[in-house]
Amino acid sequence: MNTPDPRRPYVRPMAGWWRRNPFFVEYMVHEATALFVAAYALVLLVGLLRLAQGEAAWNGWLDALRSPVALVFHVVLLAAFVYHCWTWFRIMPKTMPPLVIRGKRVAPGVITACGVAATVVCSLVVLVVAWGATR
Amino acid sequence: MKPIPRRSNAPVFWGLFGAGGMLAALFGPVLVFMTGIAVPLGFILPSDAMSWAHMQAFAQHWAGKGLLFVVVALFMWHAMHRILHSLHDLGVHAGAALKIACYGLALLVSIVAAWVLLALGF
Amino acid sequence: MADTSDTGKRMRIEVLRYRPEQDAEPFLQGYDVPYSDDMSVLQGLQYIKDWLDGTLSFRWSCRMAICGSCGMMIDGEPRLACKTFLRDFPAGSVRVEALAHFPIERDLVIRMDDFLAKLESIKPYIIPKEARSLAQGEYLQTPAELDVYEQFSSCINCLLCYAACPQYGLNPDFVGPGIMALLHRYNADSRDGGASARMEVAGSEAGVFNCTAVGYCSEVCPKHVDPANAVNQNKTRAAGDYFLRLVTGKGGAK
Ligand code: SF4
Ligand code: FES
Repeated sequence: MNTPDPRRPYVRPMAGWWRRNPFFVEYMVHEATALFVAAYALVLLVGLLRLAQGEAAWNGWLDALRSPVALVFHVVLLAAFVYHCWTWFRIMPKTMPPLVIRGKRVAPGVITACGVAATVVCSLVVLVVAWGATR
Repeated sequence: MKPIPRRSNAPVFWGLFGAGGMLAALFGPVLVFMTGIAVPLGFILPSDAMSWAHMQAFAQHWAGKGLLFVVVALFMWHAMHRILHSLHDLGVHAGAALKIACYGLALLVSIVAAWVLLALGF
Repeated sequence: MADTSDTGKRMRIEVLRYRPEQDAEPFLQGYDVPYSDDMSVLQGLQYIKDWLDGTLSFRWSCRMAICGSCGMMIDGEPRLACKTFLRDFPAGSVRVEALAHFPIERDLVIRMDDFLAKLESIKPYIIPKEARSLAQGEYLQTPAELDVYEQFSSCINCLLCYAACPQYGLNPDFVGPGIMALLHRYNADSRDGGASARMEVAGSEAGVFNCTAVGYCSEVCPKHVDPANAVNQNKTRAAGDYFLRLVTGKGGAK
């Protein structure tokens, strides 16, 4: 459109949109968990590099993980991952085709609960396997 | 109506985002707990669970390699896709340069992870 | 008009005004409206227009949540004005603005040209999978086949979901939730064979991958259409189509 519209429709600005509604604030918070997921991927990548550099480097990395700063950081990471998990499964009923079991649609809350339950099961399995392998 | 725009290449990145997000939801919390809390404190898991010998053995096994690679790479692809969209949400719109920066970082992390894991030998 | 003379209750209705021939930009104008518990926000606006200020413009028709004309931002949320009641604002004031993310034509009236053009682009009608002659009789459908798309056919084109969708606000090229609900309504119909033609829109750069699963569109939909579900089911379909095309060289969009 090159000629200005004589009806002069008014287009409102989008700046600051996410602060206008609590629903959007929560959305931005759960999107921000990505920063923590990236941070954890980088922590692991550094660990891999240290592992390749030899035993002394690896033990240095393990020591670094034991520092209070690292521990607090991982508690924050854990909170972010748990929140990611909850919000991931909370939206899942909206993102998948309807699940029909015995002629009835499975309720959204049930799908979310199954997702969270799957995380609990996976977590326990990983913990038990790791415990068994390193005991 | 404007002519229909080009077909989107998003499925590739969306697929990686989804796979990484699912992995992070199912296994992220327990992995962070193990590597960042339980092992450093010797709590639940023995404090030598991630000893040099254990981790060498784990990273030299093909299955261990695969798991480590998938976790590091997919977490990164998931995160960078989401960060790219969050920047768009904040008004920083994704031009080619920003896309290359975000997905490029994920690709770089994947390549480094693969290279290190191969260098660790079998 | 409801008899409001004896209740003594008054509501302060703040309306975002914009008269393009005289205002550089929109501004809030407040009106004191007597009301009773059975009055909707739409009736409040009608009171203003009838008794206080005849220049106020807004759209409405059915006043029973079925025509989809009276969508507006009510205290910042996309709502149908005829389905929202003044009694639910106990603080005694309510702010009413034109639907977010659309250009304002005048006062509470938005411009929906973009929506209508997109609606046409997705071929919102059944494209029969197989041609049948009259003699062959009607296209039959089981209740289970109906159930797959029925909720998506309840859309009343009220645009609340668009006002709830920041991705549409940020990029008006995005086809958006309501259109995707309608697209899915036809794609998911067992009698329809037009899915690959519609994939040109769904899988395009203006298509489903603009969605970041905010999910607010489905929260505000007055007809429980769940447009977010339509968008996201079609992400899976568009991705499938994309990878299939890589393998076979065929597929919907170019
Ligand atoms: S999907 Fe719901 S909110 Fe969107 S236009 Fe249709 S009825 Fe309105
Ligand atoms: S007047 Fe028809 S939906 Fe409100």
